Amino acid sequence: MAHFRICVITLAEAHPLLQNGKTIKSINYQISPNCSRLQNKVSGKSKRGAQFLTELAPLCRISSTDGEEYTIYSCIRGRLIEVNESILSNPAILQEKPSTEGYIAVVLPKFEESKSITQGLLTQKEYEEVLLKRHNNSA
Amino acid sequence: MSSLTEKDKPIVQLLLNTGTCPRCIFRFCRVGSQTLYRHPYKDLTEFLKNNQQQEDAAGFGVVDPPCKRIRLEHTEEVPDDLNQNGVLKHVPLVNDDSAAVENSTVEVCNVCLGILQEFCEADFVKRVCEKVKSADYQFTSFVFSVSLPPQLSVRERAAWLLVKQEMGKLGLSLAKDDIVQLKEAYKWIIHPQLSEELGVPADGKSLFEVSVVFAHPETDEECRFLMAVMKALEKIKEEDFLKHFPCPPSSPKNLCVALEIQCNNGAVFVAGRYNKYSRNLPQTPWIIDGERKLESSVEELISEHLMAEFKADSFNFSSSGREDVDVRTLGNGRPFAIELVNPRRIHFTAEEMKELQQTINNSSDKIRVRDLQLVTREAIGRMKEGEEEKTKTYSALVWTDKAIQKEDIAFLDDIKELKLDQKTPLRVLHRRPLAVRCRIIHTMKSEYIDEHHFRLHLKTQAGTYIKEFVHGDFGRTKPNIGSLLNRTADILELDVEVIVDWARNRCD
Repeated sequence: MAHFRICVITLAEAHPLLQNGKTIKSINYQISPNCSRLQNKVSGKSKRGAQFLTELAPLCRISSTDGEEYTIYSCIRGRLIEVNESILSNPAILQEKPSTEGYIAVVLPKFEESKSITQGLLTQKEYEEVLLKRHNNSA
Repeated sequence: MSSLTEKDKPIVQLLLNTGTCPRCIFRFCRVGSQTLYRHPYKDLTEFLKNNQQQEDAAGFGVVDPPCKRIRLEHTEEVPDDLNQNGVLKHVPLVNDDSAAVENSTVEVCNVCLGILQEFCEADFVKRVCEKVKSADYQFTSFVFSVSLPPQLSVRERAAWLLVKQEMGKLGLSLAKDDIVQLKEAYKWIIHPQLSEELGVPADGKSLFEVSVVFAHPETDEECRFLMAVMKALEKIKEEDFLKHFPCPPSSPKNLCVALEIQCNNGAVFVAGRYNKYSRNLPQTPWIIDGERKLESSVEELISEHLMAEFKADSFNFSSSGREDVDVRTLGNGRPFAIELVNPRRIHFTAEEMKELQQTINNSSDKIRVRDLQLVTREAIGRMKEGEEEKTKTYSALVWTDKAIQKEDIAFLDDIKELKLDQKTPLRVLHRRPLAVRCRIIHTMKSEYIDEHHFRLHLKTQAGTYIKEFVHGDFGRTKPNIGSLLNRTADILELDVEVIVDWARNRCD
């Protein structure tokens, strides 16, 4: 009924990091020499000063104990409001509660774009169909 | 100087010749007697013309006796009896055939453009009072405000320069401030008439305002040479003024017109407390992109009836805090106040307010109003004050994912002054700044329902986000019920209430 515009970025269900056997070694919000998502500072109602994200903007890089490194992307355009700092001190929460306490970031799309962004996302059902297809193709 | 003297004769003649009306002439001669201005226009015209023809001081003395006689006859009465005709017959008519009785058409005054002529007379008073009566306002006094076209100030200036010059020849001076102000003279004349017709006194502090806007399109161009007329008149040098403006001012063909006569009553304030029993009702109308998302609102349900009874133009609703759409407000209710703008009715007895309250309560089962009363503007300020200091009491219906037993939640009752850190909830983050708020839960009392439900009563500091305290808001409110119980919790229902005792949710 109400559209809130605020988006919370979390790991998708099928993400490798959420599969059995993976242990997180470290999480790094420093995505380039000049850019750390931890430096993001917003002020006021309009969230001035926020880092602006495009779909392929990296949010963080996560390393697992088996040597793999995963880059987590924003996937949507908008202002970065906050990143979840509690996963830095407690990485396990990212795997235990990926859709709530283990969220990655909060993003606020532009007002004009928010409707089209929402429409561009998959519903839970559509996502499951994608996974099914992927599974069938690799089988 | 309460009345005309011998010295004024040359000035009176000068102004009569240049087309100035009797009352404006009085003003420039510093006549301060209100009564003199109130004589009917026709009589004044004759008055002056005749007085000019008197040869000596004795002749001018004639001016005084009638006035003195008037004063004696209406000793302590408010001098607003205008029917002076009987008395003025005593004024001797000298040379009545040569005294040019050209009074068939009245020349429009070149200074006041008719304001102190037509617009002081009974006809105009009647017109104003008819408008006031038909607007159907309730009032006990009035303030009459008049808006005059700027060219009046310009003409006044030109007339003053003319008179000053003439008096200079006689070795006399006339300061601008010595002249009786046009608006002041106008009010001397019209206030008593309005007062009599409307039956209430004129009072500068009155909340009921009758306003008239005058215009004189014919001479609108005259002010062109001055930017911001009033300020410019203060600054402009005499020579420059005279370069741009005729002195004496020209005689216009037309009178001013009264563009609009409007009435306005000062706002009244109604306060009370409301209960909200619906979980589907916003406090204020919920409209997005011109579309109403939810039917009605607390504000509309209360003010609809007030607007009708007070016959106001509009309203402003405010309350001491507010609750979400899906939250009920129980107990003795939330304080609110409504400002009613330009009400036609302002007097209501305590009985009538009670009836009004009943009408509102009968009209909907979604809300209820109590303690409805008329208050002052200051009272509203006091209502909003202390919003931060208030302690709120709530009742929440909590769900947990993992099963709970009575023992699992008992410890909540022992927690006192629990400090929370609450980041701006995600559900309001799009319209509020990002911040962390420290809030306190003073006390809690749990009521076990079943393995996945319990009711939690909380007493908290004002400004605490209760829903977020229950579900944790992605861990952004710490601690939260979920973290305290080591489960995932969510809130199913929330009520704002006053706790009379822990066993009861409602007090009636």
